[in-house]
Amino acid sequence: MTDPLPHHSHGPSEIESRVRRLEKLLVEKGLVDPAAMDELVDTYENRVGPKNGARVVARAWTDPDYRRRLLENPTEAIMELGYRGRQGEHMKVVENTGTVHNMVVCTLCSCYPWPVLGLPPAWYKASSYRARAVSEPRAVLAEFGVELGDDVEIRVWDSTAEVRYLVLPRRPEGTGAMSEDELSELVSRDSMIGVALVGVPDSRS
Amino acid sequence: MNSTHDLGGMHGHGRIDRSQTVDFEHGWERRVFALTLACGMLGKWNLDESRHARETMDPGDYLKSSYYEHWLHGLEQLLLSKGLISKEELEAGILDGRTTDAAVPAEGVAEMLGRGGPVEMEIDRPAAFAVGDPVTARNFNPKSHTRSPRYVRGRRGVVTGHHGAHIFPDRHAATGEKVAEHLYSVRFEADEIWGPRDAEPGAPVYVDLFEPYLEPVR
Repeated sequence: MTDPLPHHSHGPSEIESRVRRLEKLLVEKGLVDPAAMDELVDTYENRVGPKNGARVVARAWTDPDYRRRLLENPTEAIMELGYRGRQGEHMKVVENTGTVHNMVVCTLCSCYPWPVLGLPPAWYKASSYRARAVSEPRAVLAEFGVELGDDVEIRVWDSTAEVRYLVLPRRPEGTGAMSEDELSELVSRDSMIGVALVGVPDSRS
Repeated sequence: MNSTHDLGGMHGHGRIDRSQTVDFEHGWERRVFALTLACGMLGKWNLDESRHARETMDPGDYLKSSYYEHWLHGLEQLLLSKGLISKEELEAGILDGRTTDAAVPAEGVAEMLGRGGPVEMEIDRPAAFAVGDPVTARNFNPKSHTRSPRYVRGRRGVVTGHHGAHIFPDRHAATGEKVAEHLYSVRFEADEIWGPRDAEPGAPVYVDLFEPYLEPVR
């Protein structure tokens, strides 16, 4: 037997009603344009995301001049590829090497470089990551499956001001023949936050 | 303000839950996100006021509620404190006052997002610290907004970078005034922050700190 009113078996939750009331009020007041809300959601849910950052990383891996500009003038170098604006006004790029691994957190809220990575993942904004990334980054990395020896320094960047951080991961061995497009496919969001490494692609032979 | 938003180094929060893979878990979260940005574009408050409004949430509620509930709380507080809506309107959800044509239209969104909100400013005072200088993060406990996290206050670090001068968030949140202060990147060794017994090896933290948050090491 089917429920005749499946969508009404549970009414809207208290918070759903609260948000709906507020939205209706703000639209009626003339403070918010519903079409602008749709535009905002579409921008960050569908158009701006870690593919942008992956493009930046792949360019830096394949173009030494670009890599130099990216490290020296990150905001301008990122803008060269068309990524700019809100929450990316003041960028800093931190480069991983054989002896230094970088990871990024915002212990006070959820600061994150939107133009290159989009909106932060839920775990980045949640209390556990924000609490632990600064005090036990190696334990946090291990939860993400990243084990680095004590000879590798883990630098944790706490985004307490308006400077936004992008990790430039290490280019995997054996990718010398890959194009910028192919390389950008390898670069994950998490590797640009610094909680993952960029993996070696499967051998095609 | 020393509240639950200042999470660095806290214990008991458990493993990192990576089960949510979408931007918005519930439809209402998407609406809160869009409402917050759309209202922010009215220019009635700045980002530091917005952060402070979220921090004023009851500390117990803050930890029990989800991220976009923090945003909703902050948005409601700002709309009320700036007089854009009344308490009665918020509670009833019924218009009871003047309307406006202030809303930013959809056509204006891309330009505003692209411009963002740069905070770098000219400053007429020279920087008090140079790269390589040892510094101590000031021990202070303002009840108002600050971006100096508790876990570094009173700890010694070394200046590793100078970002120029940025808008000082403490004043910006309190009065809206744009006052320039030098901003530094400061490296703190893990031992210094967490003590040699509990620190992980080779795990320094770099924190962006404004000049008023720092003192020279004498």
